[in-house]
Amino acid sequence: MTTAIEVRIPTILRPFTKEQKVVAASGETLSAVIADLDVQYPGISERLLENGALRRFINLYVNDEDVRFLGGLDAPVKSGDSITILPAVAGG
Amino acid sequence: MTLKISQAHIDAMLAQSRAEYPDEACGVILGPIGKDHAMRLKPMINAAHSPTFYEFDPKDLLSLYREIDENDEEIVVIYHSHTETEAYPSRTDIAYAGEPGAHYVLISTREEIAPATEFRSYRIIDGVVTEEEVSISE
Repeated sequence: MTTAIEVRIPTILRPFTKEQKVVAASGETLSAVIADLDVQYPGISERLLENGALRRFINLYVNDEDVRFLGGLDAPVKSGDSITILPAVAGG
Repeated sequence: MTLKISQAHIDAMLAQSRAEYPDEACGVILGPIGKDHAMRLKPMINAAHSPTFYEFDPKDLLSLYREIDENDEEIVVIYHSHTETEAYPSRTDIAYAGEPGAHYVLISTREEIAPATEFRSYRIIDGVVTEEEVSISE
């Protein structure tokens, strides 16, 4: 059964999605959704993952909850959920 | 490229940087989408509370984006202070620069130039730093 998940794309990743701000993806975990995004928009997962883990500089939220508190890449997602991707604002 | 900014905003950012010393101070200036107009100053909490690092708490970051979405605003300026080093983007600043459309403002409050401070602005796109002119309106 495919799930319909809304993914909100930050400016810096819109070159991958042909400037679309919101796209649809499917999957039952965050990991699966990212894999699906990469099928649709090749190269995007490399901006989100490094050595199979979520990159430090990127924040992901499922329904406004930071995925770090939902199990990270194993965070479950279901149809109707909304994922937001935001680059961290940080520096030194 | 130029950063157009008001003296009032500069004064507020300098005051915030001094007040939060020895930690790095940080924040944004927002404006209507597509206008490159720095209108609304919004200091942010440095969740790292560090003299050498700053970061917006991920929850604050999400709230900020929801807010600007509601208001049809965009982030025009992202600013932070360097407490002991010059007002130039560090390797960390460059690595984290995730808003290609923003003006990155650096403020230095380092001892050796006190009480003077340094205020400079940059574009950071694809890892490349380009300093830009700062044009101050009253």
